[in-house]
Amino acid sequence: MKRSRSLIWLLWLPPLAFLLFFFYQPLLVIFRQVFSERFNQGWQFFSWSQITRPLLFTLWQAFLSTLLTLLIGLPAAYLFARFDFPGRKGLRALSLLPFILPTVVVATAFNTLIGPRGWLNLILMHFFNLSNPPLNLLNSLAAILLAHVFYNTSIVIRLVSNSLTRLNPHYDEAARVLNATPWQAFREVSLPLLMPSILGASLLVFLFDFTSFGVVLMLGGPQFATLEVEIYTQALSRFNLPMAGLLSIVQLAFTLVITLLQNRVNNPRYGKAALSSERKTLLRPVSIRRKVFVILMSVLLVILFVSPIVSLVSRSLVTLEAARGERGEFQAGFTTRYYTELFKNRTDSIFYANPLAAMRNSLVYSVLTMVIATSLGLLTAYALSKSGRLTRWLEPLVMLPLGASAVILGLGFLITFNHPPWTSGSFPLLIPIAHSLIALPFVVRTILPAIQAIPNSLRESARVMGAKPWQVLLEIDLPILLRALIVSLAFAFTISLGEFGASSFLANAQTPTLPVTIFRYISQPGALNYGQALAMSTLLLLTSASGSLLIEKIRLPGEELF
Amino acid sequence: MHKKLIILFFAFSLLVGACQATAEPPAPAPQGLTVIVHDSFSASEGVITAFETANNAKLTFIQAGDTGSALNRLILTSVGSQEPEADVFYGLDNTFLSRGLEQDLFEPYQPAALAAVPDKFKLDPTFKVIPVDYGDVCINYDKAWFAEKQLRLPASLQDLTKPEYQGLLVVQNPATSSPGLSFMLATIAEFGENAWLEWWQAMKSNQVTIVSDWETAYYSNFSGSSGQGPQPMVVSYASSPAAELIYAETELEESPTASLVAPGMCWRQVEFAGILKNTPNRALAKKFFDFLLSEEFQEDMPLQMFVFPVLPEAMLPEGFLRASQIPETVASLDPDLIAARRDGWVNDWTNLMLD
Amino acid sequence: MLRVENIYKDYDGKPLLKGISFEVRQGELVCLLGSSGSGKSTMLRVIAGLEQPKSGQVFWNDENFTHQPAHERGFGLMFQDYALFPHRSVAENVAFGLRMAGRSKDEIEKLVRQALTSIRMQDFANRTVTELSGGEQQRVALARALAPEPRLLMLDEPLGALDHNLRTDLLTDLRRRLHASQKPVIYVTHDQEEAFALADRLLLLHDGHIVQQGPPEEVFRRPATAWVAAFLGLGNLIAGTITSPASAQTALGRFKLKSDPDRQVCSDCILLLRPEDGLMGEPAARQAQSLRGIVHDCVFQGKSFRVGVMLDQIHLQVQSPQAVAIGESITIAWPENTIQCLPASEIGLGHPGPR
Repeated sequence: MKRSRSLIWLLWLPPLAFLLFFFYQPLLVIFRQVFSERFNQGWQFFSWSQITRPLLFTLWQAFLSTLLTLLIGLPAAYLFARFDFPGRKGLRALSLLPFILPTVVVATAFNTLIGPRGWLNLILMHFFNLSNPPLNLLNSLAAILLAHVFYNTSIVIRLVSNSLTRLNPHYDEAARVLNATPWQAFREVSLPLLMPSILGASLLVFLFDFTSFGVVLMLGGPQFATLEVEIYTQALSRFNLPMAGLLSIVQLAFTLVITLLQNRVNNPRYGKAALSSERKTLLRPVSIRRKVFVILMSVLLVILFVSPIVSLVSRSLVTLEAARGERGEFQAGFTTRYYTELFKNRTDSIFYANPLAAMRNSLVYSVLTMVIATSLGLLTAYALSKSGRLTRWLEPLVMLPLGASAVILGLGFLITFNHPPWTSGSFPLLIPIAHSLIALPFVVRTILPAIQAIPNSLRESARVMGAKPWQVLLEIDLPILLRALIVSLAFAFTISLGEFGASSFLANAQTPTLPVTIFRYISQPGALNYGQALAMSTLLLLTSASGSLLIEKIRLPGEELF
Repeated sequence: MHKKLIILFFAFSLLVGACQATAEPPAPAPQGLTVIVHDSFSASEGVITAFETANNAKLTFIQAGDTGSALNRLILTSVGSQEPEADVFYGLDNTFLSRGLEQDLFEPYQPAALAAVPDKFKLDPTFKVIPVDYGDVCINYDKAWFAEKQLRLPASLQDLTKPEYQGLLVVQNPATSSPGLSFMLATIAEFGENAWLEWWQAMKSNQVTIVSDWETAYYSNFSGSSGQGPQPMVVSYASSPAAELIYAETELEESPTASLVAPGMCWRQVEFAGILKNTPNRALAKKFFDFLLSEEFQEDMPLQMFVFPVLPEAMLPEGFLRASQIPETVASLDPDLIAARRDGWVNDWTNLMLD
Repeated sequence: MLRVENIYKDYDGKPLLKGISFEVRQGELVCLLGSSGSGKSTMLRVIAGLEQPKSGQVFWNDENFTHQPAHERGFGLMFQDYALFPHRSVAENVAFGLRMAGRSKDEIEKLVRQALTSIRMQDFANRTVTELSGGEQQRVALARALAPEPRLLMLDEPLGALDHNLRTDLLTDLRRRLHASQKPVIYVTHDQEEAFALADRLLLLHDGHIVQQGPPEEVFRRPATAWVAAFLGLGNLIAGTITSPASAQTALGRFKLKSDPDRQVCSDCILLLRPEDGLMGEPAARQAQSLRGIVHDCVFQGKSFRVGVMLDQIHLQVQSPQAVAIGESITIAWPENTIQCLPASEIGLGHPGPR
């Protein structure tokens, strides 16, 4: 089998080269810098607590967030896997949306919902005739947790409902016939079989919460410093580079541990035997208990997913400007002013970006990301599917970018690629490359199960009928993989569209992306600027939503990937 | 059917991108000049284009974060490279002046117009960096709120510790915010190195609110902005009331906010620009510096960046004059002192206020 | 004793079981026979308590079990796909029912060992079930169902997933074990060879009804409807109309039948002509009603030949001790006392049954 061994390495070559050159190299470069002589005055402030404090807080809030996310996500997964009810498809599509929104948009949306001048407070003040907003939710741990749950519930729903639908119902039934009460059957049989997907989802959610930055910074406040925030502060504000480097290494180490755990969890000892490809029919809830469950869960999910978004969109179309000082009253008036203002360059600023131009920029980067991420992801997925145990250890290397600090990586990029022909200002591919680093794990996780699901018998029968290997790929693999490929393309597209961290580092000031322009508007005082930020956020929302809906449309019901 | 739709959609976006990209007409190759600026930088298209046409140049701007971050990025990326990332850096302020100078990144140059600039701005005797604009970090207050509550405005920083101002002020973390840092320095200038922490302790007892960045403070916490938050006082800029007036949704007679400009309550941020060493475009960079101190640019700055020009002859726009208050005296500290002690001060502040 | 009364059940909105009633007594092995999708598995699931009937009752020893939850019924069910718990070993699978019933650890250990020995798999105790072959899995599944000593055992196409040789071997094994256990057994299958080999009594399920029940021999000899005859592949089926109590008119001509005064004249009927009762050649020619046709095929069956004869578009099969040349012209006939007249039902007319 030597030929297939060399084939495997050939497959690994492009993605590994890509990762080594564009991820590991900048990391090494920046690390070498931060620990060099030049910046070592930072060591004078060193104390272990500077590492343990942010680390412990990061772990704590990630743990809490994951717990809360599971609390809502697991029943929601059950809801989608088992029941048919009006609005199911729409709600499902909606649940993917938060995941692809940039943190700037989410923070703004939550502001318009639970902020001092947000809808909740306004309604409460109006009905109870208060003069001060009663809810003070921003700048608290609660706000951070809420935003995390908003972001990540969809992951739990996707992964766990996928397993639930594919779990052979006969296991549970056999257990019940063998004298197990429904609860015992669940505990002894269904739960252990679902555990891999539940654990997998939990680890992924934990990883995202662990590396969360924008949410913690904007909705939390200075008391809440996670590792990522601390890295940002130390590197860019305090200029204590060794500390930033150290924290970054700690973060990477934990990420590695988590990805290794994920690897383990995704491959249970007994294989995927528990999953049948047969789809279980969805029931209409009949009993009172079931109906109540369906209604309650639906309402909860609507509140969770829909309200921040609706609040953002509505606030962008409404002026609440009453006379200042009369905070309890408002004269709501419908207006499209914020949108029309977007198209005017009031101050004739050179940095003014027509929203269409910003959208164009974002779209171009997104399309490039799609191409890069999907083609590399395809190769990686194939390489993994054929890999023996040795090359299995390469999978965490692919996943690691998920946990790398955007700040450190951004700086690494700037240092590594600051001479021609790479200078970030003139080399437009740097941004899509950075986006692709983040999108790659998602693409791989989407395509790999699809490849593994292609029955070998199909391929073999084609070869017996005289097809050459490339013909087998084209005729057998490609049509089956087409759906997974399209989903990957859509993922890469939406991830790139909403990416903010890397883009703000690497973008050319005169060709900004949508998220960068939103941040610009919100960085300036003035009601019009705030309103325009909201309007632009809504535009970004709409563009992402279209992409999200497309993902939903092209999926076969029950065949959820990732 | 849907497959086709998707392919069409993506092809369309690629097409749109391609069309836009090829829409530029060919022109005689102008000389390029790259300027690193901080995120608040802005200028009128007309003014910039005038410069570009006059000098057959093409300006490229790189936005690199707020003042501290931009400098730090510059330092990191100039590491060992023969050719710098850019030609000019605009965005060094007096808080970080010494760090910028000691890293030896700039070449000296004195534009002719510099002679007219008051000496108080020329903080670098070697002229490796020259002052371009200044802004004052002051506490903004919500006029209507104070009027409604019939509360007297605080007349000094010390006043803020009084019980009638409990919970009314929001400040930013000096570690993560430039105005936050400036405000902290103002308190050190006012109370001295031995007593400033006591003032902060008193403020902590008086329930001062601390947030990470200016955006949150201004839009989520400040009652005078469209966010209409709970605090009627926020650390911001003396020019922010002007922005509120100019960018108001409906025509206003006067700005809804104003600044507290009593002695010692404001901190002056002077912003500097420098030509980066080893730039291949030295001549053009010098012309750009002349341009920065020209009347056209100096008079364009207020409405674009909401800062004040260093050139005394530059005229301020009307709305600006109406709504901004210029403090008579401002707090300041010796830049070398700042350089030596800044990190320690931030550390002390963090240990006191964020535990 | 199990008694099922008037079970109605819908599937996908359409009626599936339309009033099923039957009994299974102690020590009886009943085979529920029917085509795919006829509702056999559903019937088992209703008895097991995994599904609720739309109406009707399930009794065990006169106790109404209809709404009893599955885990309290004490019935055993073996699934077609075995449903062995993949995350548990062979021994743990077999022990499951005993463990859920709360038996002591020692008891469980002993019983599991016994069970594994009886299926000759004592060395497999700690293997994971996913490593087992099809036949091994089937035996483990059966052992698991039997271990908790259920009152009633139900098997849903237990041999369906296995290849032919394995099936025949296991069939003998199965029959011995089931009869030895003395429990009432309901065995579901669509394969009548299995059914005939195992059953004390057959239940034929078609279109939601039990269309016939009885010992295999009886069903074989006297099928109640044309569908039964077709399903069991009993022989050639010809559509006809009854012209008199002793004769029927068909496309092949008039057939004389054994007289039956109950026969309704002018009603439709299906005539069953069994291949083994058919005469060929000389003896056929001597019969009162004989048919002439062309030999279409001749298949060696071991002890005899199955000869297919084509007569005017209609294909009949006759059993013959010797081979016959294809293409030859031949005479065949059925003695009138071997022809059975069955009530017409909705099967394809004029074609011999599936075999």
